[in-house]
Amino acid sequence: MKRMLIVALFVGLLLALLPMTASAQGTVACDDEVVVVKDDWLAKFADKYFGNPYAWPAIMAWHNKAAQADPSKFPDKIINADLIEVGWTVCIPSTEDADAFLATYDPAKPEMLYAAGASGQLVVGSWWTAGGEAEGLNGMFSIYKTRYPDVEIVNATVAGGAGTNFKAVLKTRLIGGDPPDTFQLHAGLEAEGYSPETYLTPLDDLYASEGLEQAFPPDLLTLLKAYGDHYWGVPVNIHRSNVLWYNKAIFEANNLTPPATWEEFVTVADALKAAGITPFVLGTKDGWEAGHIFEDVLAGTLGAEKYNGLWTGATPWSDPGVTQALENFKMMLSYANTDHSAHTWDSAGEFLIAGSGGMMIMGDWTDGWFTSKGFTGYGWAPPPGTRGIFVALSDSFAMPANAPNETNAMNWLKVCGSLEGQEAFNPQKGSICARTDCNPALFNAYLQSAMVDWGQDAIVASVAHGAAAYESWATDYKDVLTLFVASGDVAAAQAGLQQACVDAGICQ
Amino acid sequence: MRRRLNWERVASVVLLSPAVLATAVFVYGFIGWTAYASLSNWDRLLPDLSFVGLSNYEKLFANQRFQIDLRNTVVFTLVFLVACLVIGFVLALLLDQRVAGEGIFRSIYLFPMSISFIVTGVVWRWLLNPGSTELGSTGINSLFDMLGLGFLKSGWYTDPKIGIIAVAIAATWQMSGYTMAMYLAGLRAIPEELREAARVDGASEVQIVRHIILPLLQPITLSAVIVLGHISLKIYDLVVSMTGPGIGFATDVPAYYMWDTTFRGNHFARGAAIAIVLLVMVAVLIVPYLIRSTRTEAEL
Repeated sequence: MKRMLIVALFVGLLLALLPMTASAQGTVACDDEVVVVKDDWLAKFADKYFGNPYAWPAIMAWHNKAAQADPSKFPDKIINADLIEVGWTVCIPSTEDADAFLATYDPAKPEMLYAAGASGQLVVGSWWTAGGEAEGLNGMFSIYKTRYPDVEIVNATVAGGAGTNFKAVLKTRLIGGDPPDTFQLHAGLEAEGYSPETYLTPLDDLYASEGLEQAFPPDLLTLLKAYGDHYWGVPVNIHRSNVLWYNKAIFEANNLTPPATWEEFVTVADALKAAGITPFVLGTKDGWEAGHIFEDVLAGTLGAEKYNGLWTGATPWSDPGVTQALENFKMMLSYANTDHSAHTWDSAGEFLIAGSGGMMIMGDWTDGWFTSKGFTGYGWAPPPGTRGIFVALSDSFAMPANAPNETNAMNWLKVCGSLEGQEAFNPQKGSICARTDCNPALFNAYLQSAMVDWGQDAIVASVAHGAAAYESWATDYKDVLTLFVASGDVAAAQAGLQQACVDAGICQ
Repeated sequence: MRRRLNWERVASVVLLSPAVLATAVFVYGFIGWTAYASLSNWDRLLPDLSFVGLSNYEKLFANQRFQIDLRNTVVFTLVFLVACLVIGFVLALLLDQRVAGEGIFRSIYLFPMSISFIVTGVVWRWLLNPGSTELGSTGINSLFDMLGLGFLKSGWYTDPKIGIIAVAIAATWQMSGYTMAMYLAGLRAIPEELREAARVDGASEVQIVRHIILPLLQPITLSAVIVLGHISLKIYDLVVSMTGPGIGFATDVPAYYMWDTTFRGNHFARGAAIAIVLLVMVAVLIVPYLIRSTRTEAEL
């Protein structure tokens, strides 16, 4: 009896250890398989097999279906009907299958030609989980749904401001060979953090075929190509980092105007303080906020050109301007709420809404956040010294090198880059379009003013949001500022910033 | 008879082997892999496993943030251990007086242990939120205000000097019930005759605690130190939910820095080095205990 039990256990164990049988993917029967030679094209095959050159969509659709079912046998999908490469093996359907397809084929629905466009999944990774940004994302989802009704969209979001948690999850998925089909990426040098030459797909062809180079402004294109001279993502929006928000009622009651220079900042802050109001509110709990505000202080102290130089090595971090920027930041902190390390940027923003805080500096997602809070009594201005400078960041979507549903992902990127997609996304998200042709009437007053500035200001890249520097450098930069906020030690902070630049391999 | 024994032996080897294999690969194999990664040049997402020796450790120990982290770990461990042991012991002594409703008190003190550190972190973030002079106090500080004890107010976790102690307070709240339960079990195992004998010899209650009970509870104290010690060295979730790295890294700990530098900064080798340092710290605490307990088992 005991022996039987042991045998039974043993057998059970063996069964449990047996590898899972390969998932049952239906194979697609090919009537013939033909290897492409020079001067072949799809219409030629259609003529040869079906006596009708116009039957080529049947071959394309059938081949893509076969390639979807058995990628080892048909590794190459036909993405462009006019482009098949020598050496590809193309699956030819039987005459009945071809006729059946042609009977239902609608040239207005090109997705019928892409097997994956007609079915399967689209796994979208982002850190947009709540509020306007989630609504904007859903807006793009519904456009995708109408274009590709049979694709199941899997919304793989991970919560956490500035995407820090999401990125950690994503990186393990990329290294582990289990990437989503597309994911959110800050446009700019953040791409370096994903080793794009290995893990991402360059999107240069997509830019060419969709005419995206004409749709986006040149400054943005430079930013998008900053790493390795390839496009790694399709931008869906532009945010501005340098916005000073203020409580209008307080400013009016005290007869103040938003400060345009550092001297004015001191005057305004002193007046607010005398009125019993915390002049400047901020939260530093999540670690990136100090770095965010300081980049605006840097731009406002150094000016656009020297600020850009910091990230290319043209401006040394030992520059007296950096010392002055740190002094300015320290001065701002002396007017701030003392419990800032207990607050996130939005919980600090509550003070401004409640009327106990006067000003804050935060990116223009604050506009959407105020709206969601039902607060309308806010005004905005560029922080001191940054009039005429637009510190920009942009969210884009990228495609991993081995995305499981490549065609679905490509279709998604087309939606992201399209006018329709951007007009659905941005008014909800509270950002302006990356495209230059969006209709301003769709946007609120703040965003309309941002669109005007975007068109005329000097555009510089945000470091706190992944545009200006490699992520490893941006992290070191952020650590230095976290220490500075506590210590107020200007010399140590400047040395730390210099060291971070050296570690990044930009400075000597 | 002999054949049968062999058969059972074979079966036991076969049945144990998956667990042994899984442990070998997923625990010790990965420890080895992490140790190797910490000696490599893996500083981007794309693995670069070329060997660079101990340079990652040199840079790590020279890193100001990591030095603060180590200091925080030491302070946290000391405060947390001492507070848990003292509070747990006192609670156990009080409960051991056979008070009415002992079961209720026991449950109340033990309940915090049953919730996760994440919840504890959120609750204590609000309780120890200092508020500000401009906008008024919150949490415990406003309680002090109400009681006229304003001088006790503190910046708690926003004070760079004592920030980590505020986190230790939250951890103590959660885990001192656990030490209480251990001590209570230990106290109940001490035969009443011993105390009676001491009383007959004229010992005061304090003397009984000092000379009879404490020495007899020594093994319990040791177990508690081991369990609490390794919790405190590895602490991560409480810090994440309560404070994050804090102002000037006041509440940063090595485990948080490991996560931050690996997945945010892409310094994979540096992250692996922190992991190994953490492992060594825990091993220093646990290995002697393991050796001792296996020896005791062998003697039995």
